[in-house]
Amino acid sequence: MADLLTNAAAEQAQIGPGGLFMATLRRDLMLSLRRKSELVNPLIFFLMVITLFPLGVSPEPGFLAQLAPGALWVAALLATLLSMDGLFRTDFDDGSLEQLLLSPQPLFIVVLAKVLAHWMLSGLALTLVAPVIAVMLFLPAEGMPGLMLSLLIGTPTLSLVGAIGAALTVGLKRGGVLISLLVLPLYIPVLIFGTSAVQAAVTGLPLGGYLALLGALLALGLALAPLAIGAALRISVSG
Amino acid sequence: MSDKKWMPRWFYQLASPRWCYQICGKLLPGFTIAALVLLIGGTVWALLFAPADYQQGNSFRIIYLHVPSAILAQSCYMLMAIAGAIGLIWKMKVADMVAKSCAPVGASLAVLALLTGAIWGKPTWGSWWVWDARLTSMLILFFLYLGVMALNSAIESESTAAQASAVLALVGLVNIPIIKYSVEWWNTLHQPATFKLTEKPAMPAEMWLPLLVMVVGFYLFFAVTLMMRLRNEILRRERRAGWVKEILLSNSAV
Repeated sequence: MADLLTNAAAEQAQIGPGGLFMATLRRDLMLSLRRKSELVNPLIFFLMVITLFPLGVSPEPGFLAQLAPGALWVAALLATLLSMDGLFRTDFDDGSLEQLLLSPQPLFIVVLAKVLAHWMLSGLALTLVAPVIAVMLFLPAEGMPGLMLSLLIGTPTLSLVGAIGAALTVGLKRGGVLISLLVLPLYIPVLIFGTSAVQAAVTGLPLGGYLALLGALLALGLALAPLAIGAALRISVSG
Repeated sequence: MSDKKWMPRWFYQLASPRWCYQICGKLLPGFTIAALVLLIGGTVWALLFAPADYQQGNSFRIIYLHVPSAILAQSCYMLMAIAGAIGLIWKMKVADMVAKSCAPVGASLAVLALLTGAIWGKPTWGSWWVWDARLTSMLILFFLYLGVMALNSAIESESTAAQASAVLALVGLVNIPIIKYSVEWWNTLHQPATFKLTEKPAMPAEMWLPLLVMVVGFYLFFAVTLMMRLRNEILRRERRAGWVKEILLSNSAV
């Protein structure tokens, strides 16, 4: 028995925090890449929401350019939110989430890797397609760096906060609408600073301050959100 | 257990649903009378005797309802989050029940603050709703309450629901200052806070004294509602316990 324990301890010692992080990241990316339709869905949603603005408000270029920073950020935020529900759902359904919680590895790192994998396929993808869609809304070229940088720094925070909501609702049959109710109010600061950064870039004002604030939110989220996600997962799975 | 001697006995008796029910029952009459006296006295003082504002005339008097409910809506969130944390850490059932009872009260206070704000905004700013920083953050606070309540009712198991909403309330608590400052930088039209702990109020004493009475009265009223809800919640959750039966039987016998 003692041998077994020491053997198990030795096996665990072989995989450090870095290894654990990379292993989880690789697993989640691979699993998501195998379901291509789910990957593309948030991007299509982003494009569709953006299409609704000119149809619903006005196709006039000057007006759309004014609307663009906010519309792009709101659409990106909603697209992230839409993809959030699936973050832990499949792992919960097939029981692997329970195994992850039971494993002696620190949950903080597992959760961080899962959120990063999710962000790479949602937030990062949105950041990359955003300039193309921004052109459709006549966002001036000066605004593009602000848009991409603010999305690059802001969307990881959206994923981190959204993951808290996803973890809280993973045990529920229909978590979809509920997760929006829980998470949307918490998204407001990111939306405000993100939109302000784009607007500052458009008008030629310095945007460093807004990006720094987004960075501060991201740092806070990186430090605290995994704790809340871990606690929420334990509650949801045990309940 | 010698290290607990500095705490009065009734304090940790509060952790037991049965004792908490009885202690709240003993406190209720006193608190109700005090709340009624302060609220009625404060309202009469505020509406009839406090001087009218030199710019806004009598319309400013809604402040005596608006400010206390806004303060209370925020305090209530704090209480809900702290009670939730206590329930989460020490697995105290009563703390969970306090947190659960707080949410609807806080949400209605937030609605009251928003409604009175809107009614005040019409004569002062000329419109019912203004996208001003403090109105918006009160609206967001209301949304946070709704989120906690929605989560609480969506989860069937009561202990899981309590834990999950406690986590959400704590996440919201971390976010409230961030939301508040981000919204304030975004847009500001509202006057600055009426009461600050560090400064003397800008209003004359005959205006802010009734306001203080109203704030204290609201706090007492809040305590009364909370204790009533808490007692109901205790009875509902402990309905299978023997002492609940005893109490209910002795009540119906009287």
